Amino acid sequence: MPAIEMTDTAALPADWRDFLALTKPRVMSLVVFSALAGMLVAPQLPPFALGFTAILCVALGAGACGALNQWYEAEIDAKMRRTAMRPLPAGRMDRQSALHFGVGLGSFSVILMGVATNWLAAVLLAASILFYVLIYTVWLKPRTAQNIVIGGAAGAFPPLIGWAAATGRIELLPALLFAIIFLWTPPHFWALSMFVRSDYAAAGIPMLPVVAGIESTRKQIFLYSLPMAAAAIAPWPLGLTGAAYGVSAAILNFVFVVLAGRVLASRSSDPSQMGAEKHLFAYSVFYLFALFTTLVVDRWI
Amino acid sequence: MMKQEHEIIRRQRERSKILAWLLGGFVVLLFFITIAKASLNW
Repeated sequence: MPAIEMTDTAALPADWRDFLALTKPRVMSLVVFSALAGMLVAPQLPPFALGFTAILCVALGAGACGALNQWYEAEIDAKMRRTAMRPLPAGRMDRQSALHFGVGLGSFSVILMGVATNWLAAVLLAASILFYVLIYTVWLKPRTAQNIVIGGAAGAFPPLIGWAAATGRIELLPALLFAIIFLWTPPHFWALSMFVRSDYAAAGIPMLPVVAGIESTRKQIFLYSLPMAAAAIAPWPLGLTGAAYGVSAAILNFVFVVLAGRVLASRSSDPSQMGAEKHLFAYSVFYLFALFTTLVVDRWI
Repeated sequence: MMKQEHEIIRRQRERSKILAWLLGGFVVLLFFITIAKASLNW
């Protein structure tokens, strides 16, 4: 990998596409989707303009998290192949611009959420941004192999925010949706970190496969998939959803646990041979989209 | 040098245009938020 020099000031003003890249649009799409699902399963829907604004605020808040994460981790990103071409490590943007963009976007999203919907949703949005930036990015990620476990809470907020924006309250179903994403995050990220662990090791980030080893991570992935499956199926026996969701959730979780079991049984240590981990990672993204889609479909049929 | 100055101006113009569109969109959004909140007393 070529050495990349980090500079504080870029030669040219950043292109607008670099600001867009700073918001991590792909991550944002999953965040927006889960917030929308949280809103659509709520017992009452806000008027379209307010619902649209709430989802827009969640998207802007997620964008702020991405920008502040890249501002703080610019030097780490420069050491990893996967992230070396981001606007800051590639030298296409200066760090001050990224900081101002992130803080501005985050503040704007919280204020707009409070004005347009309610202040409970705004407080939850602010909490999720602060949790992601301060607790996860600054504090946990560079210090502990459990960074993903606790930091996963930041990504679990969106359905809560969507529900709170629609109703002004928090109830059991959105709390379960929070639990599902919270418990889904470790197997999802650990599966990824298994086959890019050399990147994390080079950047000095103590991800579980780097610190505890591959075998231990495989056990943890399988163990976390079990309470995740329980939390995902729970809304059905608790009477919060119908059979359409219950049966779909059972199938989706069965496949997840089987794939996690394949990861547990795998013995490969070469990233290019980690088919089981790559399958689980790809399926985990589909799983969350499918689970939340069936939840919304179940609510509306 | 001339080429770089030209590129700086081009990028600044492009960013200004996008910012103008975003601000315009924000004004329209505020209008609809106000209408929604006022008409439904939500």
